Amino acid sequence: MADCVRFVHRGQVVTLSDVPPTRTVLDYLREDRGRRGTKEGCNEGDCGACTIVLGTRVGVLGVTEAESIQYRAVNACILFVTALDGKELVTVEDLAGPDGTLHPIQQAMVDHHGSQCGFCTPGFVMSLFALYHTEADPDRPRIDAALAGNLCRCTGYRPIVDAARAMGRAPDTYTAQMTETLALLRSIERHETLSHPGGTAFAPATSDQLADLLLAHPDATIVAGGTDVGLWVTKQMRDLGTIIHIGGISDLAGITHTNGQINIGATATVTDAAEILSRLYPDLGELFRRYGSEQVRNSATLGGNIANGSPIGDSMPALIALGSTLVLRRGGVTREMPLQDFFLSYRKTALQPGEFVAAIRVPEPSADRLFACYKISKRFDQDISAVMAGFGLTLKDGIVTEARLAFGGMAGTPKRASRAEAALIGRPFDATSAKEAAAALAQDFQPLTDMRASADYRLVTAGNLILKWQMEQALPATATRVPAFARAIGGAA
Amino acid sequence: MSARPPRSPAPIPFPATHQNIRHDSAPLHVAGTARYVDDMPEPPGLLHVALGQSAKAHARILSMDLSAVRTYPGVVAVLTAADIPGMNDVGPVVADDPIFAESLVEYVGQSLFAVAATTRIAARAAARLAKVTYEELPAIISIADARATDSHILPPKRVERGDPLGTLSTSPHRLSGNLAMGGQDHFYLEGQISMAIPGEDGDMHVLCSTQHPSEVQHLVARALGRPDNHVVVEVRRMGGGFGGKETQASLFAAVAALVADRTGRPAKLRLDRDDDMVMTGKRHDFEVAYDVGFDDQGRILALDIILESRCGMSTDLSGAINDRAIFHADNCYYLANVRITSYRYKTHTVSNTAFRGFGGPQGMLAIEGVVDDIAHHLGLDPLSVRRANLYGGPDRNLTPYGMKVEDFIADGLLDRLESTSSYQARRTAIAAFNAASPVLKRGIALTPVKFGISFTTSFLNQAGALIQVYSDGSVLLNHGGTEMGQGLYTKVAQVVADVFGIGLDRVRITATRTDKVPNTSATAASAGADLNGMASFNAARTIRDRLSAFIAARWGIEPSALRFANGKVMASDNIISFDDLVRQAYLARVSLSATGFYATPKIDVDKETLIGRPFYYFAYGAAVSEVVIDTLTGETKLLAVDILHDCGTSLNPVLDRGQVEGAYVQGMGWLTMEELVFDAAGRLRTHAPSTYKIPGCGDIPDHFKVDLVNQPNQEETIHRSKAVGEPPFMLAISAYHAIKAAVAASGGNGPVKLDAPATPERVLMAVRARQAGAGA
Ligand SMILES: Cc1cc2nc3c(=O)[nH]c(=O)nc-3n(C[C@H](O)[C@H](O)[C@H](O)COP(=O)(O)OP(=O)(O)OC[C@H]3O[C@@H](n4cnc5c(N)ncnc54)[C@H](O)[C@@H]3O)c2cc1C
Ligand code: FES
Ligand code: FES
Repeated sequence: MADCVRFVHRGQVVTLSDVPPTRTVLDYLREDRGRRGTKEGCNEGDCGACTIVLGTRVGVLGVTEAESIQYRAVNACILFVTALDGKELVTVEDLAGPDGTLHPIQQAMVDHHGSQCGFCTPGFVMSLFALYHTEADPDRPRIDAALAGNLCRCTGYRPIVDAARAMGRAPDTYTAQMTETLALLRSIERHETLSHPGGTAFAPATSDQLADLLLAHPDATIVAGGTDVGLWVTKQMRDLGTIIHIGGISDLAGITHTNGQINIGATATVTDAAEILSRLYPDLGELFRRYGSEQVRNSATLGGNIANGSPIGDSMPALIALGSTLVLRRGGVTREMPLQDFFLSYRKTALQPGEFVAAIRVPEPSADRLFACYKISKRFDQDISAVMAGFGLTLKDGIVTEARLAFGGMAGTPKRASRAEAALIGRPFDATSAKEAAAALAQDFQPLTDMRASADYRLVTAGNLILKWQMEQALPATATRVPAFARAIGGAA
Repeated sequence: MSARPPRSPAPIPFPATHQNIRHDSAPLHVAGTARYVDDMPEPPGLLHVALGQSAKAHARILSMDLSAVRTYPGVVAVLTAADIPGMNDVGPVVADDPIFAESLVEYVGQSLFAVAATTRIAARAAARLAKVTYEELPAIISIADARATDSHILPPKRVERGDPLGTLSTSPHRLSGNLAMGGQDHFYLEGQISMAIPGEDGDMHVLCSTQHPSEVQHLVARALGRPDNHVVVEVRRMGGGFGGKETQASLFAAVAALVADRTGRPAKLRLDRDDDMVMTGKRHDFEVAYDVGFDDQGRILALDIILESRCGMSTDLSGAINDRAIFHADNCYYLANVRITSYRYKTHTVSNTAFRGFGGPQGMLAIEGVVDDIAHHLGLDPLSVRRANLYGGPDRNLTPYGMKVEDFIADGLLDRLESTSSYQARRTAIAAFNAASPVLKRGIALTPVKFGISFTTSFLNQAGALIQVYSDGSVLLNHGGTEMGQGLYTKVAQVVADVFGIGLDRVRITATRTDKVPNTSATAASAGADLNGMASFNAARTIRDRLSAFIAARWGIEPSALRFANGKVMASDNIISFDDLVRQAYLARVSLSATGFYATPKIDVDKETLIGRPFYYFAYGAAVSEVVIDTLTGETKLLAVDILHDCGTSLNPVLDRGQVEGAYVQGMGWLTMEELVFDAAGRLRTHAPSTYKIPGCGDIPDHFKVDLVNQPNQEETIHRSKAVGEPPFMLAISAYHAIKAAVAASGGNGPVKLDAPATPERVLMAVRARQAGAGA
């Protein structure tokens, strides 16, 4: 067993053996290391002031030429130090050269007046650093996506976008030192369980180790990306008891596409899952682009989104509408169930003590099935949905044979609208049946009024989304959605 | 950490004024080496402080059991009202803001006690362990509650001219309506923070993120029960302020100082974001009701308008804020017969406070709503109704409060922007689009801004500066203004460098400190550069005059013949470098430090009637916004923005542009997505960025054009520039009216009823109301 967290920082391996397992990377950096360039703006993953970049070794094992480092931005404020294990850490202080020469991104931000008060700036610089290393010539939608998790209250963003466009892609020291860094990353690769000296926190390296650990500690709190759990600590100051950190389990992170199914390992990040799902279902691409922010998606897992059992989680309505199933494992026993059956009541799931979510299985598209999803929120990007809808229909000779209308934000769990579905089955999907299905929602749901929306708005909008979907089938050439990105005047349609 | 300072060499232009010069801290910002209060090295023995908060909106405290707080591991001290040696208050104008509640609580989140511990996490955890029992009292939460119970924090005020009521009844058209607009959280990215370091013999040094170091100094001294001269408040920079650190920083500074004083150890109080949002005041939300009479062209003949605001539990700056709302309820429009009535309600919610625009946006949104309603009532282009009502000509230049508008340029701005933005062609294209589009509807609006510059509390319009020239010719600049991102330090340094004819790199800007320049006003009311630029100019002139007299005497010429430029001082054949001149002046025992002072001329207003000249001048602007809405979901998207804004002859166009863009986006957030939701018990439900949404990068259209009007201020401001902090905030009113135009296109006719912020929910409900009205 390993007993310390190891990561690469500034070309060296750093070993942490005495840091409490729920210490956040932000507090570790600012308070333990005195590196105060990374800022705290909210301590809950929403503002991006704490953005750091983690480098992960990717590529073909053993084939040195095919290896590289993937740099991704994450929020340090809700990331526990254990998540650094096996990674390269990059913070804002690391970018300038030893003589103080600014990194091209930093220089672009200066040249384009991208900072005013400067408090958000380190976070923007780090998000742009990740973009710099992933995208050769990012266009505006790509820039918006990369920056959706960074709030700036001063500039109005225009100068930051200009800086992003101008930063170029000249190789930097990180590119130049990739070989050395890869060697270091390889040297700290871990195959055994990491056990915190206090015996209250573990980070298994394989799913078998996880299965055993969970049998031994059925009450343990599982932490995957920590984008939900992190807030239990930073905001609610909850004691998590024994922790099992599963973010580092590589055999649970795989995504495969076989036998008409996409099998997504529970610890695959939303970023990785979205990459394949959006190719198959364009609407899912749009959904995942608006799901949290790049920083959140880079940490968050699909398994965590589902296991969390929140009534407002975004992925569930869409995945239920697609007829997805869930693979659960306890010890050596696995079982598979339809995703919709996993949610029992408000925040209560079918997960047994000692059991964990192993994978999500999503069917691939087929010609006789229609699919769409809609996310409705106060702010377009990086906002929790007021209403989330996932719609699936199977048609035979123009007649609906199966309907799956699933909603989030409408009930205590992600839930299908059985009455509305019934209104469609056995009929053509036209304006009349859509209208009846929309009207039937009032029998399916009694939504709540809260700070995000009123019950009335939720119900009306949910119904309107069915009408909209039908209209989109009938009038495919008509613009029916506000554009994610306003290109220019008249770019609406 | 990289030990070297970040390097980003830039050419040093001369003269610096009117040049595009980057923010002085930009290289530090991007490198993460710019220090905010929480980044300062922590002194040994530092204690971290957290506050216990009230769980009730209005209640008597029956008992407060703090034993679990005191015994929590790491806790060093717990302070309550009884532990305050001085006055238990931080009210800026009226003493009604207790530091710790004694027997009565008046909002959820009100501070009850402080706990100091060896770590921040321990302090925060301990603060939650208090056992408080309350006897609940009836709570007044909303404006409606306050109206119904006649709950006022200050008496109502009214400005009236002509015969509004008589003219209303004889007007060809008459319309009444109402409008509610929400408040706004500042959401400065750096939350409230203070660190107090006790010195010898009762001295206290406070590092504080505040726009108003002098007031913090005075209130900290008062809480400690000591004269002002024992307290030094220092602020190098804030991570944003926007008005939220004008009066709101005092509570946290006072608590940190009280802990430091009590324990003899340095103490830091940094709020968690959620606590910051719950505990600090916000922009006032308003409800407006109006009755207006007008002619066939939409020209207003008479207006009776009521402005009601939620002030919260204490007075704070609500008087001046509501005064400013009155002063802007005309915007650019001449109102011959008018009555403006302002109610300032007391509620059991956090005390609302200064926020960019300071009541101006609320007054302006009110009158723009009236004009828009008139246009929709008559079926006219709102722009033509706006034009018909503009100030202009000798009989249409008097504001309701009796100040003559002598510098009006909004008419020209409207014409120019209408043409450069292709407003009319776009309107036509939009109508065609809407006719063919069943779900999406687009809308466009062009709105003007006229904003009065000066503190309406006249005595605040003063500033001081201290300049020291060292014997090597380098210059150290201090003034009373604070840096919160707006670039004030840079602008003032430009002014000073030019007085001495030296490069900007020779002027060092240091933290604002109350022991360098005393009795300063808040950096607020957009007046930072006007006031401090002029005070610093005067200080620099004093030293330059001494240098001139010295070298002129030596050269045997008139001082007026001297020129200071490019680091040199010249007169006909004589030339000396500035540095050498300084050295020689020093040897000749010439004083090389000076203070400067400035008081804004011409202003004079009656505090009670509000009649007079509250403003030195007006700043103007105009904006066109275009949006698209989804009539099935109420979602909106901003498609394009064109702005023309008046900064006089700008001291620094690139920084001013930054202010214009940032202000527009912040205003757009206020009017479209930022929603403060209080529940019936008075709890703020949107107390974190997860539920309170400010605009993000994706909300900004690619077409975001800003042009500055480069035209000298008629008044003698510093280099004829104009203030720029607040006025452009109100350019965003165009975005809100563009949404209304799109809603109007969804069916029905007449005025569009849409409260702000125009969230998807409000937009959808407005669309449905119109479609129902139209029988659709
Ligand atoms: C700023 C921000 C924005 C967000 N935006 C969105 C959004 O737009 N849409 C949305 O749906 N969500 C959003 N979220 C919520 C969150 O990101 C998701 O729920 C996320 O997918 C959770 O994944 P995780 O890996 O971080 O889970 P964690 O926080 O690690 O865990 C969440 C829960 O699942 C359990 N768990 C995790 N993995 C497993 C497993 N394999 N087996 C059994 N139990 C497991 C944990 O014990 C815990 O109870 C947001 C969160 C933040 C902080
Ligand atoms: S501090 Fe706001 S996202 Fe981390
Ligand atoms: S520069 Fe102030 S928040 Fe971005």
